[in-house]
Amino acid sequence: MPILDELKAAIAKRLPELDVVIGWGKGFDALHHTPVFITSEADLDKLVLGPLSVQNLATYLTRYPKTKKIGVVVKGCDSRSVVQLLQEKLINRENVVVFGFPCEGVVDLEKVKRAFEDQGMEAARVSEASFQGDRCTLTSGGKAGSLPMADLWADKCNRCQYHDAVISDEFVGQRLERKAEDAYADVAAFEAKPLAERQAFWQEQMSRCIRCYACRNACPLCVCRDQCIAQTREPNWVSQRTGVEEKFMFQMIHASHLAGRCTECGECERACPVGIPILLLKRKNNKEILELFDYRAGIDPEAKPPLLAFKVEEEKINERGW
Amino acid sequence: MSKELRIIGFLCNWCSYGGADTAGVGRFTQPTDLRIVRLPCSGRIDPLFVLKTLTGGADGVLVSGCHPRDCHYSEGNFYARRRLEMVKRFLPVIGIDPGRFEYTWVSASEGQRWQTVVRGFTEQVHALGPIQRFGKDAAAMAAQLAASHA
Repeated sequence: MPILDELKAAIAKRLPELDVVIGWGKGFDALHHTPVFITSEADLDKLVLGPLSVQNLATYLTRYPKTKKIGVVVKGCDSRSVVQLLQEKLINRENVVVFGFPCEGVVDLEKVKRAFEDQGMEAARVSEASFQGDRCTLTSGGKAGSLPMADLWADKCNRCQYHDAVISDEFVGQRLERKAEDAYADVAAFEAKPLAERQAFWQEQMSRCIRCYACRNACPLCVCRDQCIAQTREPNWVSQRTGVEEKFMFQMIHASHLAGRCTECGECERACPVGIPILLLKRKNNKEILELFDYRAGIDPEAKPPLLAFKVEEEKINERGW
Repeated sequence: MSKELRIIGFLCNWCSYGGADTAGVGRFTQPTDLRIVRLPCSGRIDPLFVLKTLTGGADGVLVSGCHPRDCHYSEGNFYARRRLEMVKRFLPVIGIDPGRFEYTWVSASEGQRWQTVVRGFTEQVHALGPIQRFGKDAAAMAAQLAASHA
């Protein structure tokens, strides 16, 4: 039985006890999936699954009252967000049913767009998309083009260590049991550049920011919503003034508030309409958290987050000599 | 020493602020680049204070609190230590020299030590020079970089 059918069967089994199940459905064109909210058996036909299921559906969990019974379909990376939300007691374990499946990875739509545009195709008018084996085939405006999947996977999938959901009530299909290496090489490469160049990089990137806060809204762990300190007047962390420094201040707030919490699902970066690589800031913090406290967020719901704890004698923090 | 720079100090009320006072009463000469903000505890310090201050134009930030195990509130500085270490390590990725930020512990009786800390840190910041402000003179900076690559 294909995984999608197994998933539908699993959801159908649990649906009577749930208010809603969140999964992916067909989007506005063949190249996009969009979240669907399943409330009845009839809705199950809308469900799809594949390399286009890019959204992290765990983001929706905190938008419902804690008392609602919610089912959610998760990729490996999304399941870590669920674990983190559980750890912070933002959702109730007994009110959430997690559907896991072996995730082969998702594509980076920007990469797809660029690669097919290089072949002279219009990525905005895709009428058919198929992913078979290690090839991706698109039809657009009567023309068909094919590309190797290896060039299209999202960066986070190339270094993925959690293909199988780390937490699940229903798991369909065979676990992949695969693990890539992630030594934070991208962070190290960026930090090998001279300081002035790093600052100029953010200056250039942030100048494109339109302050839409899509990064915040897509983030499963940005749970303050309307109480976000980026929008309060007192204290006025980010002012109404235009300017790169104001835009960048928000990114520093986002990164600081996610230190020790970020599960690197990459939603901030994916949701960014102007393609600013903001996940890099969060990965930098995660790299340091891993080094200092040997901790990864979103693995164990019972773990104590390192920045909410301390040791009288820290093992790895070097008290500065003066 | 060259032209005065702007250094902001976040000091805890119970130890370091008292230590700075002791240094003043003892008439230990110190450089005058440092402006002090008094806080109830080093645990009060939000890492964003440091980031906002540095991107807002300060050339350096110094945080000082009670020695570990000496916190007036028992454990404020233990939490602070982890957070401040994280900020210190975060600075390089946004293109700010980590030497512009230091955190240390000075008790109320250590006037002499306060003088050493202020002197040392001021010297360190002067060696780095005035900060390149984020969002200011972007065009000039880009041109300078382009020239250095050519």
